[in-house]
Amino acid sequence: MASHAIEVKNLYKIFGPQGKQYVDQVKAGLGKTELNEKHGHVLGLQDINISMPAGGVMVVMGLSGSGKSTLIRHINRLIDPTAGEVLYDGVDVCKMNENDLREFRRHKTAMVFQKFALLPHRTIIENTIYGLEIQGVPDAESRKRAQEWIERVGLKGFENHYPNQLSGGMQQRVGLARALTNDADILLMDEAYSALDPLIRVDMQTVLLDLQKELKKTVVFITHDLDEALRLGDKIAVLRDGKVIQQGSGQDIVLKPADEYITAFVKEVNRGRVINVETIMKPLSGNPEGIPVVIGTVLEAAARMMTVSNHTTAHVVTVDGKAVGSIDLSTIISAMVTPIGHEPALQAAE
Amino acid sequence: MACTLLPDLFCEFPSLDDTTIRIARKSIDDGFKGLVRAYTNAIDVLVQPLQVFLNFLENLFVNSPWIIILAVMVAIVYYGSRDIRITLGTIASMLAIGLVGLWNDTMVTLAMVTVCTLIAILVGIPIGILMARSERAQSIINPVLDVMQTMPSFVYLIPVVMIFGIGKVPGLIAVVIYAVPPMIRLTNLGIRLVDKEVLEAADAFGSSQWQRLKNVQIPLALPTIMAGINQTIMMSLAMVVVASMVGVGGLGRNVLQAINNQFFTVGFLNGFALVAIAIIFDRTSQAYGKRLQKHSEVIHG
Repeated sequence: MASHAIEVKNLYKIFGPQGKQYVDQVKAGLGKTELNEKHGHVLGLQDINISMPAGGVMVVMGLSGSGKSTLIRHINRLIDPTAGEVLYDGVDVCKMNENDLREFRRHKTAMVFQKFALLPHRTIIENTIYGLEIQGVPDAESRKRAQEWIERVGLKGFENHYPNQLSGGMQQRVGLARALTNDADILLMDEAYSALDPLIRVDMQTVLLDLQKELKKTVVFITHDLDEALRLGDKIAVLRDGKVIQQGSGQDIVLKPADEYITAFVKEVNRGRVINVETIMKPLSGNPEGIPVVIGTVLEAAARMMTVSNHTTAHVVTVDGKAVGSIDLSTIISAMVTPIGHEPALQAAE
Repeated sequence: MACTLLPDLFCEFPSLDDTTIRIARKSIDDGFKGLVRAYTNAIDVLVQPLQVFLNFLENLFVNSPWIIILAVMVAIVYYGSRDIRITLGTIASMLAIGLVGLWNDTMVTLAMVTVCTLIAILVGIPIGILMARSERAQSIINPVLDVMQTMPSFVYLIPVVMIFGIGKVPGLIAVVIYAVPPMIRLTNLGIRLVDKEVLEAADAFGSSQWQRLKNVQIPLALPTIMAGINQTIMMSLAMVVVASMVGVGGLGRNVLQAINNQFFTVGFLNGFALVAIAIIFDRTSQAYGKRLQKHSEVIHG
C-alpha cells in the first residue's frame, strides 16, 4: 500500500461550550490567558499548519499542555476541531459523516496509546485482533495475521496471557502489534513510549525504526522527549501553548533553533547523533584523503569509523561514490562539543 | 403562650378542610379503580406469561424429588464457585431445611426468587445501560429509583393489589419493584466507571456503538453488574416475606403466620431458612464474579 501524506491546515481548537464564536477573536490576536480569564474557554490549538510526509515519521514534540495530544486526536477525529482542516487524500477528515469516519478509522488509521489502553479482559491475541474483529474479518484469518505481528514485536509465547500479566514494555508491544495488525496506512502514536523505562524505550524505538524501514507507513509520533524526536523523526514540529514554533528536520531544529525556548531545549542534546558530516565538511581541496564517509552519516558514527581505522582525516562522498568534501577528527569533535550557528542565542539562554 | 400573640393562621396549620380532602381522595381512588377495571382484561393478558412461567418453575421445584433438586443445586454452586467449602455448606443447610420440614416452602420461595431475579436482570440491565448513555435519562430515572427505594414497600403493595389483585404475580411485581433499583444503579455505575482510555482506543479502531458496548463497556462493567445481581437477589429474598401479605406462599407466609400467632420457633426456623438461602446465593454469585475477574490478577510485578 502506498502511503499518503496528511495535511493539517489552519487548525484551531478552543475547548469550551461556545468555542466557535471565539475563533475570529483568536485569529485577531486574542491570547490564551486572556481567552481563559475573560471567557472561560481554553485555547488548545492555534493555527496549526503541518504537512506530514507520506511514508515518513512525523514527530510532534512539546511539553505537557502544549496541545500535542490534542493535535494527534484531530487526525482520527477523536476530538473535533473548532476550525480548520485535516486532509488525507484530499478528503477533509473533519467533514466526514459518522459512517465515513468509522470506516476511515477502521481502515486508514491505527493508534498506539501512552497508557497502552489494552482490553484487560482479553488475552494478548484477542487484543491484537481487535481492529480486525470490528472490521468483520473472519476469526481464523485475523488470528493468523495477529500471530505474525505478535511474533514480529517479540511476544511469541505470550498469546494467551492477559495484559496484566505483562510488564509495561511488553504491554506496549501488544499495543504496537494491535495497531500494526490493522494494516492501516496511518500509524498514530500518542506518547507511546513515554511510560516506559529509558532502556526499554530505546529498544522500542529500534523496533519501530526497523519496522518502518520495511512498512513505510505515515507515522505521527507524539513525544516530550527531544532525543526520541531526533532519533525517530524524519520531520519534527515543536509545539508550545498550542502553536507550532518550529518545524523541520532534526538537524534544522538543533542547528537553527527558532527561539530561546527551543535553544534551551536542544542544549542538552547529543549533537554527535544529530548532525551529519556534510553539514560541517570543508570543500574538497586537492585529492580526497583518508577513509570515505557517505553523506548522511552522523558525526558520532563518522568519528567511530575514523578512530577504528586509525585515520584523522576523511572525505565525504555521495551515495554513488563521488567525493564532495573533506573532514577531520578535530572538526568533528569541535562540532560535537560546541554549538554551531547560534552561540549568541545559547549564551543568552544561559 | 405564643398563640395568644400570633394570628391564628401562623398557629394552627391551615390545612385544607376535610371535605375537600375527602372529595379529592375519593375521586383519585375512584378514577384509579375505574382505570384498572377498564383494563382488567389487558392486564390479565399481560401478566399471563409471568403467571405461567412462575407456576411452571414452582411446580418443577416442588414436585421434583428432593435428591434431584439438591444435586442440581450442588452442581450449580460448585461450578459457579469452584469452592468446596461453599458446596459443603450448601448441602448441610439444605439438609437442615429439609429436616425441619421446610423443604416445600423453601422450594416455593426459591422459585419466586429465581423468577424475580431474572426479571430484575432483564429489566434492570437495559435501563442501566440507557442511564449510562444519556445524562437526561439519568436525571429522570434517578429520582424514580430514589422513590422506589425509600417508599415503604407496604405502600406500593396497595396499587399493585388494586391493579393485579391478590396472588403470586402481584407479589412478584412488588418484589421486582423493590429489588430492581440496585441492578439499574450498579449497571449504570459500572459502565460509567469504564476506563476512558480504553474507550478511546475502542473508538480509535472504529468501533460502532454496539461493538463498544459489547466488547468494552459490558465486559469491563461486569464486576459491578455482578454486585448488582447479588444485591438484587438479597433484596428479593428480603421482600418475599413482605410479599406474603398479598398471597405469595413459601417461607414468607410461614413468617407472617408466626408473627400473627407469636410462634417464636416457627418464625425463627423460617427466618433461618431464608438466611441460609441468602448466604448460598451470595457466596456462590460472589465467588463466580471473582472468577470472572481472573484476568485482573496482577502476576507481573
